[in-house]
Amino acid sequence: MNTTIWISFATILRREVRRFTRIWPQTLVPPVITMSLYFVIFGSLIGSRIGEMGGYSYMEFVVPGLIMMSVITNSYANVASSFYSAKFQRSVEELLVSPTPNWVIMAGYVLGGVARGLIVGLIVTLIALFFTDLTVQHVGITVAIVFLTAVLFSLAGFINAIFANSFDDISIIPTFVLTPLTYLGGVFYSIDLLSPFFQGLSKLNPVLYMVNAFRYGVLGVSDINVIWAFIGVLVFIGFLFGWGMHLMSNGKRLRH
Amino acid sequence: MTAALSIRNLEKTYDNGFRALKGISFEVQPGDFFALLGPNGAGKSTTIGIICSLVRKTGGQVSIFGIDIDRDFPAAKRLLGVVPQEFNFSQFEKVYDIVCTQGGFYGMPRKLAAARTEKYLKQLDLWDKRGVQARMLSGGMKRRLMIARALIHEPELLILDEPTAGVDIELRRSMWTFLEEINRQGTTIILTTHYLEEAESLCRNIAIIDKGDIVENTSIKSLLKTLNRETFILDSAESLSKCPELGKFEGRLIDENSLEVTIEKGQSLNALFATLEEQGVAITSMRNRANRLEELFVSLLAEGKQVEDNK
Repeated sequence: MNTTIWISFATILRREVRRFTRIWPQTLVPPVITMSLYFVIFGSLIGSRIGEMGGYSYMEFVVPGLIMMSVITNSYANVASSFYSAKFQRSVEELLVSPTPNWVIMAGYVLGGVARGLIVGLIVTLIALFFTDLTVQHVGITVAIVFLTAVLFSLAGFINAIFANSFDDISIIPTFVLTPLTYLGGVFYSIDLLSPFFQGLSKLNPVLYMVNAFRYGVLGVSDINVIWAFIGVLVFIGFLFGWGMHLMSNGKRLRH
Repeated sequence: MTAALSIRNLEKTYDNGFRALKGISFEVQPGDFFALLGPNGAGKSTTIGIICSLVRKTGGQVSIFGIDIDRDFPAAKRLLGVVPQEFNFSQFEKVYDIVCTQGGFYGMPRKLAAARTEKYLKQLDLWDKRGVQARMLSGGMKRRLMIARALIHEPELLILDEPTAGVDIELRRSMWTFLEEINRQGTTIILTTHYLEEAESLCRNIAIIDKGDIVENTSIKSLLKTLNRETFILDSAESLSKCPELGKFEGRLIDENSLEVTIEKGQSLNALFATLEEQGVAITSMRNRANRLEELFVSLLAEGKQVEDNK
């Protein structure tokens, strides 16, 4: 990467981090409160009556899922709202008129989303330590899958923002697609509890693979083969990156 | 000499079928202060949009200092600064960050971007506002902020799309002085404006665009020479009950103290004053009814409309 491109990329990333840290009561506090409530209600109160899941206490089982859920929703929301706001306020033109290549623009925004996803994930992890002990079994797998998942959902948020024509449009996908996929993606339960039909159906849900790969990294147990999770995530990242680049260079939704 | 901006047969048809540009061509020479004028919807902003990559052209060629935008747009963009008509910065970012960040988008090291930010915010009287969110600025300050942002990478060619719209007269004049200064230092400037007085006092060359076609492209001096008639307002010392006899001049009484008289090219003002003096009408002051360029602009557009009506 030559110097000017690197500076452009670092500038976008710095601006993105500055944006979500400036509005921290909207970006960093809500997931902390929501996840703390999940830990208290599902982990401590209800969880203590559920007993073991996958060979671990329910609290231990649910913590990796909840961390992953916060990473997914925050990395997606960050890029979707930031890039759409830039479109809405036309400040995206600052970048479009500059010599910054399209892929650098996309990479800058995506890494901004990854940064928020990982910071929120880290905060949620620290809160989880008040409720349970966490010993990471496979550090490499844990770090790799959480990073790649954040990249994937940041890319998805970026594409959502390119297509969005109103602020409603950036909440439709999280509400009607992301939330159901996450809740049904093995965050709160092992798919072993489901009938074979619903187990098969669950295996079509990409979030299941990411949550289980992360759980495997932390606890050492998973409902699926972790290799498939990495292959799936990399394929989706490749597809979304290609789609994003096509939309940027085609420019129909950003340029007239 | 390589033109600062060369546009050849530029065409733009929007997705809804509207032909905004019908194959326009013109050149702007290095160091020029160039006016691109036209009524609303004529195609000025579309032209600027294509030059800076916000609008995709349908056909034709654009070169900036000899660099074809189809061949190396990033290199061409490094030579170009644009001040758009609409505010296009994040309203929630601080003034300093908006300008300094733009330097980063052009690959400028942070130290250099910071130094230039300070330089241009000071020159444009915004340094005291550097820590303020952009939304808190007045309209005039927002316009100056966009100029500072466009200059951060010190472009060779600066395009300003109605930079003084909604700006009070005092501020407008200080912006003119600033623009004249950077033009003197070698920056080529293209200006679109609805204030024709602004174009007449700042610019040396002009292109007038109407309905996607260039209807005039010449120097302001030669354009003004083609002005066949000028209309003046004369103020009389005493009240007039009716319009005095004006002989070969065309005129009318606007109110009891003001006359409007049209002078054809070649007619002498001395003759007009002699005629009025003979009738005992003392004139205390006179002024153009409209800016001279405005009269030409209106007549050029009217000619265009007549040609179209006759088709």
